[in-house]
Amino acid sequence: MRESIKDKVAIIGMGCTRFGERWDASAGDMIVEAASEAFEDAGVEPKDIQAAWGGTLWTGLTGMTVGHALKLQFIPITRVENACCSGTEALRNAAYAVASGVYDLVLAVGYEKIKDLGSPGVPMAQGSGTPTQVFPQASAPGLFAMLATRYFARYGLGREEGKTMLAKISVKSHDNGFLNPKAHLRRKITVEQVLAAPIIAWPLGLFDCCGTSDGAAAAILTRADMARSFKDDPVYIKALQVAVGFGAGDMRTDYDYTHVEEAYRAGQAAYAEAGVTNPRQQISMAEVHDCFSITEAIVMEDLEFSPRGRVNEDIDAGIFLLTGELPVQPDGGLKCFGHPVGASGVRMIYECYLQLRGKAGERQIKNPKLGLTHNQGGQPPSAAVAVSIVGRDIG
Amino acid sequence: MVGIVSYGAYIPWYRLSREEFLRAWGGFAMPGERSVANYDEDSLTMAVEASIDCLADTDARTVDGLIFATTTAPYNEKQGSAIMALALDLRRDARTADMTDSLRAGAAGMAWARDAIEAGSLSKVLVAASDCRLAAPSSMLEQVLGDGAAAVLLGKDKLIATIEGSYSISDEFAGLWRASTDTFLRTWEDRMVLDEGYSRILPEAIAGVMKKYGLTPKDFAKLVLDLPTDLRRHGRVATQTGFQTAQLQDGTSLFLGVGATGAASGMMGLVAALEEAKPGDRILLASYGNGADAIVLRVTEGISSLGPRRGMKNHLASKKMLANYEKYLKWRSMVAEAPPQGPGRGLISLSAMHRDSRILIGGYGKKCLRCGTPQFFQGGVGYPPIRVCIACQAKDQFEDYRFAGRKGVLFSFTQDNLIPAMDPPAAVGVVDFDGGGRAFLDLTDRDVDKMEVGMKVELTLRKLFFEQGIHNYFWKIRPIRC
Repeated sequence: MRESIKDKVAIIGMGCTRFGERWDASAGDMIVEAASEAFEDAGVEPKDIQAAWGGTLWTGLTGMTVGHALKLQFIPITRVENACCSGTEALRNAAYAVASGVYDLVLAVGYEKIKDLGSPGVPMAQGSGTPTQVFPQASAPGLFAMLATRYFARYGLGREEGKTMLAKISVKSHDNGFLNPKAHLRRKITVEQVLAAPIIAWPLGLFDCCGTSDGAAAAILTRADMARSFKDDPVYIKALQVAVGFGAGDMRTDYDYTHVEEAYRAGQAAYAEAGVTNPRQQISMAEVHDCFSITEAIVMEDLEFSPRGRVNEDIDAGIFLLTGELPVQPDGGLKCFGHPVGASGVRMIYECYLQLRGKAGERQIKNPKLGLTHNQGGQPPSAAVAVSIVGRDIG
Repeated sequence: MVGIVSYGAYIPWYRLSREEFLRAWGGFAMPGERSVANYDEDSLTMAVEASIDCLADTDARTVDGLIFATTTAPYNEKQGSAIMALALDLRRDARTADMTDSLRAGAAGMAWARDAIEAGSLSKVLVAASDCRLAAPSSMLEQVLGDGAAAVLLGKDKLIATIEGSYSISDEFAGLWRASTDTFLRTWEDRMVLDEGYSRILPEAIAGVMKKYGLTPKDFAKLVLDLPTDLRRHGRVATQTGFQTAQLQDGTSLFLGVGATGAASGMMGLVAALEEAKPGDRILLASYGNGADAIVLRVTEGISSLGPRRGMKNHLASKKMLANYEKYLKWRSMVAEAPPQGPGRGLISLSAMHRDSRILIGGYGKKCLRCGTPQFFQGGVGYPPIRVCIACQAKDQFEDYRFAGRKGVLFSFTQDNLIPAMDPPAAVGVVDFDGGGRAFLDLTDRDVDKMEVGMKVELTLRKLFFEQGIHNYFWKIRPIRC
């Protein structure tokens, strides 16, 4: 990488729909809902937008899904897709366009209308299959469960011990989601409930799995030097990194199934770009891709918040609670805010944007300076991972 | 002299207690249990299993002929033996043929193979007999049948038994039949079909072969017969033809543990007989179906140096009781099922299957010539071909590397209740192969409660699903059975 994105681009307006089973809303409805909030927040009109990027996995082809919904007229709109990183990719491409100096004001919107597909969980059959249809019969929970099986085996966690570690992750996210009016699942749970829940894919039970939801989130970006002409408290982009796997873990016996190399690599690159040398100390909060409890556990280690094999100790110490040293999933995460695939990356930035500006209401963290987001697309052991860092202050 | 070089057998892991038929339908339960092919097995995959067992100590590339004997071929128009040849890694110029539609297809196949070798046109012919027949639910036949396979390799060298002669009768009569449009077996009044069929034609063939070669029952150590639909007729043929009951290859335990396995029945009996045989033993194999084939075999000294194999004995002992009759109905597609929720599986592509057939059915991967890393094709997002090495990134510097036949260790796994499955929970796992290489595959024939990281596993060819008239065969992982 020749040059850093740090402090070149600012976010001056954001919007996010309520996530959930939005039987009332189409993808277009939700794009309008999220974008309108963002326009109002930024104090701009749709006609001011010079270019737009839409991120989605399953919802509509081309940029027309966004253009038709918002009636954006004859501007360049591009649909981007990188599985669960799609929303972040929309934001990343939009940010680069601004940083290049070609555009001053752009829109990034992530959206997904999953619940019209009629599938329990994410519809695995679409997109992941090969023309010969020999991909093993596993759901998304099943694919991630293999990480937990191996993590337990490697670190000698018994059935109860391992399940309890994971349960605490979900309990924390439910506590946070309970405080979030836009969250899909707003209900507190207990460790006992998690342990007693039906098994979805051993060892993951119902409460180890995130909600699959409809939703959309939008961001309006401008040059950092213009940001204050729109807003007194913009948020600055510090790092936008993506690492894409090449399938090594599927084929090479040196992959351990207890970490995600792409997450580690993207994290390291993002820290370098943002000038973060001690993530545990310097990152104020993180929204990570907790599609399943085990994913969050492993990501804590990949991002160097916890030492390898020892996330359990930090979970027990309450480090990642809303009141902890490094709050993780303050908005409830994928677990409770929900996971409309293409929207999730932008939703995470939305929470950072609220928290960094002191607008997170009941779940406000004290004096945050840097927020980190992490998306993981694909299935273990090969992923596309995005790690982004945004900050309150320049420098 | 032509004879048997090697043998192998296969009995599915699952057995269904005949009490389950009584529970389901009332009436009468025959004693014992029957074998039930797993949902992902058919006559072809079972024949492949028996053939792999048979070729345990033979270089498959030396085999130049293959006969697939069955009455339940997976296709009406597509040669099963051609699929098997790929799965068994036979040479492209091996002659393949399917011997179908008769319960004596196995013995008949042996006789035809023997003649081809005798004539000098072929040197080593594998004959694999396998069946997975359906009787209508609630019929007594449903209890009698079993699923299984056996294979023998015929050749001229290193024989464990010579074939001294054969005799064949053709007879139009069929006591059991299926028209080309029938799913289930049909029959006629029990006594008539046995009196006029099995009990008349089989003795005629036995007497015929003894007369042809000037032999008497005293000359034989064993008489091996197909299992009839009524076990009593099995022993009666022996006495009808002057044999002592002690000479008859045990049919009772086969009936109590497996059932009547159709075209595979006689050959499975032969394998069981060979497992016990001593050099010098003469065996008479007689197989019935629209006539009969009788074959005279003489065991050689070679039998004592035949390597270990699973055969009948080990497969019989390795089993899992099927929980209930309903599972059997489901696995054989005899009950309507709710379609899975959500978007279905995408279309299967014949062109892609054809392009990758050596990978999919042949079980081949690649090995990097530069760094030596074996690499197995993955069905996931990393779609083949393997053109760039996963370890050193060398391009197009590979040799073919066969994974089928290798064992390995289960590195991780899950059992998934969410994905629709024929045998829930759906089990998938990652295998690290002995000698290198890794694959992520479906798991089959596993005990839900006994799965653990580090267990020894092997590959088995199975049918992933049936769609658009295509049986989608691919390799799965199986905990080593026996």
